[in-house]
Amino acid sequence: MSDEDNRADMVAEGIPERRFGFWRRCYAMMVKEFIQLRRDRVSFAMIVMIPVLQLLLFGYAINTTPRNLPTAVLLQEDSDLARSVLKALQNTAYFHFTREVHDVTEFDDLLLSGKVLFGVEIPRGFERAVRRGDDPALLVAADATDPIAAGSALSALSVIVQTALAHDLFVGDHPSPPFEIRVHARYNPASSSRLNIVPGLVGTILTMTMLIFTALSVTREIERGTMENLLSMPITPIEVMLGKIVPYVIVGFIQATLIIGIGVILFGVPLLGSLTLLAALSTLFITANLAIGYTFSTIAKNQLQAMQMSIMFFLPSILLSGFMFPFAGMPVWAQYIGEGLPLTHYLRIVRGIMLKGATLENLQYDSIDLLALMLLAMTVAVTRFRRTLD
Amino acid sequence: MTATTPSRADIAIDVHGFSKSFGGREVVHDLSMQVKRGTIYGFIGPNGSGKTTTIRMLCGLLTPDSGEGTCLGYDIRRDADKIKRQVGYMTQRFSLYQDLSVRENLEFVARLYGVRDARATAREMIKRLGLNGREEQLAGELSGGWKQRLALGACTLSNPQLLLLDEPTAGVDPKARRDFWNEIHALAARGLTVLVSTHYMDEAERCHEIAYIAYGHVLVHGTVDEVIAKSALTTYTVTGDNLTTLSAALSGKPGIDMVAPFGTSLHVSGRDKSALDATIAPLREQHGVHWQHSEPSLEDVFIELMTRSKDNFQ
Repeated sequence: MSDEDNRADMVAEGIPERRFGFWRRCYAMMVKEFIQLRRDRVSFAMIVMIPVLQLLLFGYAINTTPRNLPTAVLLQEDSDLARSVLKALQNTAYFHFTREVHDVTEFDDLLLSGKVLFGVEIPRGFERAVRRGDDPALLVAADATDPIAAGSALSALSVIVQTALAHDLFVGDHPSPPFEIRVHARYNPASSSRLNIVPGLVGTILTMTMLIFTALSVTREIERGTMENLLSMPITPIEVMLGKIVPYVIVGFIQATLIIGIGVILFGVPLLGSLTLLAALSTLFITANLAIGYTFSTIAKNQLQAMQMSIMFFLPSILLSGFMFPFAGMPVWAQYIGEGLPLTHYLRIVRGIMLKGATLENLQYDSIDLLALMLLAMTVAVTRFRRTLD
Repeated sequence: MTATTPSRADIAIDVHGFSKSFGGREVVHDLSMQVKRGTIYGFIGPNGSGKTTTIRMLCGLLTPDSGEGTCLGYDIRRDADKIKRQVGYMTQRFSLYQDLSVRENLEFVARLYGVRDARATAREMIKRLGLNGREEQLAGELSGGWKQRLALGACTLSNPQLLLLDEPTAGVDPKARRDFWNEIHALAARGLTVLVSTHYMDEAERCHEIAYIAYGHVLVHGTVDEVIAKSALTTYTVTGDNLTTLSAALSGKPGIDMVAPFGTSLHVSGRDKSALDATIAPLREQHGVHWQHSEPSLEDVFIELMTRSKDNFQ
């Protein structure tokens, strides 16, 4: 009698195969899971995409000792020495002169709106004062809201400038440069990272919660079968979208109030700017995230896919927005990706308003970008919304 | 027959050459149908015959691959939005919100249709459905029969002119089914057109007109009597002892197309009357068995159609 006949006999007699039953059932389950995994194209793509893409993306993009930080120069005197100093600063690779300004207001505006992280001011009569041995001051104003971004450049500042200038100047035996570098850490003089983190958390937490709220909204209706009924009734895609987003705007607003309130009361984060402006732009940010979550929901086939898309969006939002690592320190391509994320703009807005007292005028570009991202997401969502079950 | 051809205004549904495929498989093939206003039109057919797909095309949930037609005078391809306003669609699976209460579901639907006083309309409907005292119960907690009543209430809330009911009585007890059909007839009496799909024969018999659809083809349509008359089936009802043995003996014999037990009797049918008579002639003499020539039942007709269509289309 062959093995097979034996087995058939045992089955026929209803004798359970005790020895291999456990493994066989495990095996059956494994085979089924593999088949289902293979059919779920998105999950399959995620297996490769998440590790490879994200590792490459973040591995190259993230830099905790950022170089080439945007710097504005206020040149009150055009002398050889002034140019040498600027060249020395530029040679440190920490500073990248992106703007040359002509008065103090412009200088302050650039710092306030976050367009530059540093401002270097060379005062009138600088060269003469150096030659006279008056020890004049070279002013370096830094946006210290992000202590990591500003920190390494500032700590390297005096040493590097000194060595760089050593052969330029005729003062080789001097132990220190013949002028004083006066660093002005604006907005966060104590370089407290908490001041930077807490407003950042407002945006990060809102991104996470808002995305998830709406990312499941359409897929949930499809999975529960209520979509068929909904589609048979006279309602348009825009109406569905607005109806699903607006309640969560209120939820998000309450959340934002809570987080900002706790930040101010418990963590002592200042709120220098207008509360109304903060509330208005926070609402815009909340709506933009809800719109993006809703867009995922119209693209995803089921709730799992919607969740995966949200995670794919959330990770770069944390890592490339300037929340965890200095935005200015990222390579240009990564900054472009960052500009496409609402969190990037909101971080500038919330840090600007709370820590720097920025006004709408200072933040106009970030506000417009947020608005544009929101409208883009909404357009995609309305176009993608399937009005039929085809 | 030109005299009975209804004028345009009398027709609720008028479609020609509807076809729909999913993934290369044709689910509905060249389907044409006309439904007069105020009638209850039964859509009968086995599972997967294309009933749901056709209903979904009628209310704009699916786009036909080919074919055209009107629903309540509106073009099905162009005016889906206008059609949706005047059509109530009851899905096969309960598709109201399980986590909303009866009242909340009805108010939601009323608002979607732009009913002026949604609360009052919902309250009225609750009373009409006999759901008083259950209005705050979550829809998901209702029994099958109540869910079905609620769904019917929701799709009639906006006073539609056409009701599309997709297997509305699946899994509902006989009493609830009867109440449901009484309601449907009451609605039709008020001028509403009802298209209802089912595979229950007793329900088919309650319709003014029926269409039998299988493998995406309409095989026969008309009133119940017309459909029975159109079939060339000869049927004998056999009563007596040892019917099981008789049934086994008859199956597959020449002229015998169908043998089906009905309680204590047996229906024996065939398309070819003479062949059938020849085969049963010796058996008719058997003691204790009574043969009677009878009208085929609707079910006999459908089963026969189904068997035949299987050969033709599969």
